[in-house]
Amino acid sequence: MGFDVLLKGNNLIRLFGGLMVALRISLISVAISILLGIVIGMLEAYNNKVINAIARIHLEIVRIMPQMVLLFIVYFGATKALGLNLTAEASAIIVFSFWGVAEMADLVRGAFASIPVIQYESSFSLGMSRLQVYVHIIIPQIIRRMLPLSINLITRMIKTTSLVMMIGIVEVLKVGQQIIEANRKSSPSAAFGVFATIFLLYFLVCFPISVFSKYLEKRWEY
Amino acid sequence: MNHTVITEYLPLYKDAFLLTIRIGWMGILLSVVIGMVGCFITHFKIPVVNTLVKGYVELFRNTPLLVQLFFIYFGLPKIGINVPAEICGIVGLGLLGGSYMAEGFRSGLEAVAKVQTESALALGMTRLQLFTHVILPQAFAMSMPAFVANIIFLLKETSVFSAISLMDLMFTAKDLIGLYYNTTECLVLLVVFYLVMLLPVSLLGSFLEKKARLSVFGA
Repeated sequence: MGFDVLLKGNNLIRLFGGLMVALRISLISVAISILLGIVIGMLEAYNNKVINAIARIHLEIVRIMPQMVLLFIVYFGATKALGLNLTAEASAIIVFSFWGVAEMADLVRGAFASIPVIQYESSFSLGMSRLQVYVHIIIPQIIRRMLPLSINLITRMIKTTSLVMMIGIVEVLKVGQQIIEANRKSSPSAAFGVFATIFLLYFLVCFPISVFSKYLEKRWEY
Repeated sequence: MNHTVITEYLPLYKDAFLLTIRIGWMGILLSVVIGMVGCFITHFKIPVVNTLVKGYVELFRNTPLLVQLFFIYFGLPKIGINVPAEICGIVGLGLLGGSYMAEGFRSGLEAVAKVQTESALALGMTRLQLFTHVILPQAFAMSMPAFVANIIFLLKETSVFSAISLMDLMFTAKDLIGLYYNTTECLVLLVVFYLVMLLPVSLLGSFLEKKARLSVFGA
C-alpha cells in the first residue's frame, strides 16, 4: 500500500517538517490577521465613509478572487511590476494576511453592529464610565461572538496554506512528492500511502480546532 | 500592456475558462446532490449510515481540496482505481462541496424553531406534510446564505485544478508566464476571467439571499 516508505530513513520526520512549514506560514498570517483585523474592524465601527468604503472593497476583492490568483499576482506580478524580489514565503504571508485581515475586520465590525444601542444607553444611565461600559459590557460580548468564527478562520487558513506548494515552497505536499519520487523504484505504490498520510495529518491538525470552535459556539449561545 | 499579446492569448484563456466552468459547475451539482442526501440522512438519523455521513463530513471539511485531489489523482491509481483528471476534479470538488453543503442544509433544518413542528402536529398535519409544507420551505430560506457562500467558495476552489494538470485558468496563466514572460498581461487576463466567472454569481447570490429571507416566517 506504500505506507512502508514513511518508515524508511527520516521520511516521516521530513513530512512533519513540511507540515511545520505550512503551519508556520498560516500561524504568522493568522497573528497578523487578528491584530490588524481588530484594529481595522474597530476603525470601521466609527462609521467613517472613506474607511468603510476601502474596507468594503478590500473584503469584496478577497471574497471574489481565489487565494491562488492573489498568490500569483503577488509572487509573479510584484516582482515584475514593482521590481520587488519577494521570497515565496513572504508572498504567501502577504496574501494570507491580506485575506485574513479583511475577514477578521468584517467579523469585528459585525460583532460591534450586533450589540444593540440599548446596552450602551442602559450602562450609561447606570452611571458607568465609557471605559467601564467597554470593559464590562461590550468587549465580553464581542469576544463571545467573534471567537468561534475567528477560530474557524484559522482552520480555513491552515487548509489554504496547502496552495503554497504551487509557488514553489517546500511544504508537506512537496515533501511528499519528493519522497514518492525518491522511492519510485523500491516502492512504486508509495503515492497512496504518502498522500493518505498527508490527508490524515491535515485532518488531525484541523479537526480538533473545529471541534473547539463548535464547542465554544454551543457554550456561548444565547 | 501589450494588446497584440492579449488578443493572442484570449482564445487560450477562453478554452481554459470553459473547462473551469464546466468542471466547476458539474462539481457543484454533484456537491448539492451529496449535500442533500447527506443532510437527510443525518436529519432523520438513519442508523449506521448516519455515523458514516458524519465522519465523511468532518473528514472533508477539515482537509484542503489540494490534498484530496492529490490523494484521488495520484494515490488511488496505486490501489487500482484509475480516475481521469477531469472526473477527478469533478469528484474532488463534489466530495469537498458535499460536506460543506450537508453541513449548511443541516444547520438550516435545525434553525427551524421547535414550536413550528409542535404547532403543525397539533393542527393534525402528518409527518410528511409537516416536513414538506412547514420545515422544508423555512429550512431552505435559512440555509440560503450558506448555500450561496458555498457555491462561491467552490468556484474559487477550482483554481487548484492546475495541480492535477487540468488546463484551467491557473494552468494556462502559469504556462504562458513560464513560456513568454508576459507576466502583466497574463495576470490581468487571469483576474478578468475570474471576475467574469465569479462576479455575476456573487451578485445573483446576494439578490437570492434577500429574496429567500423574505419567506422566513416572522422575519
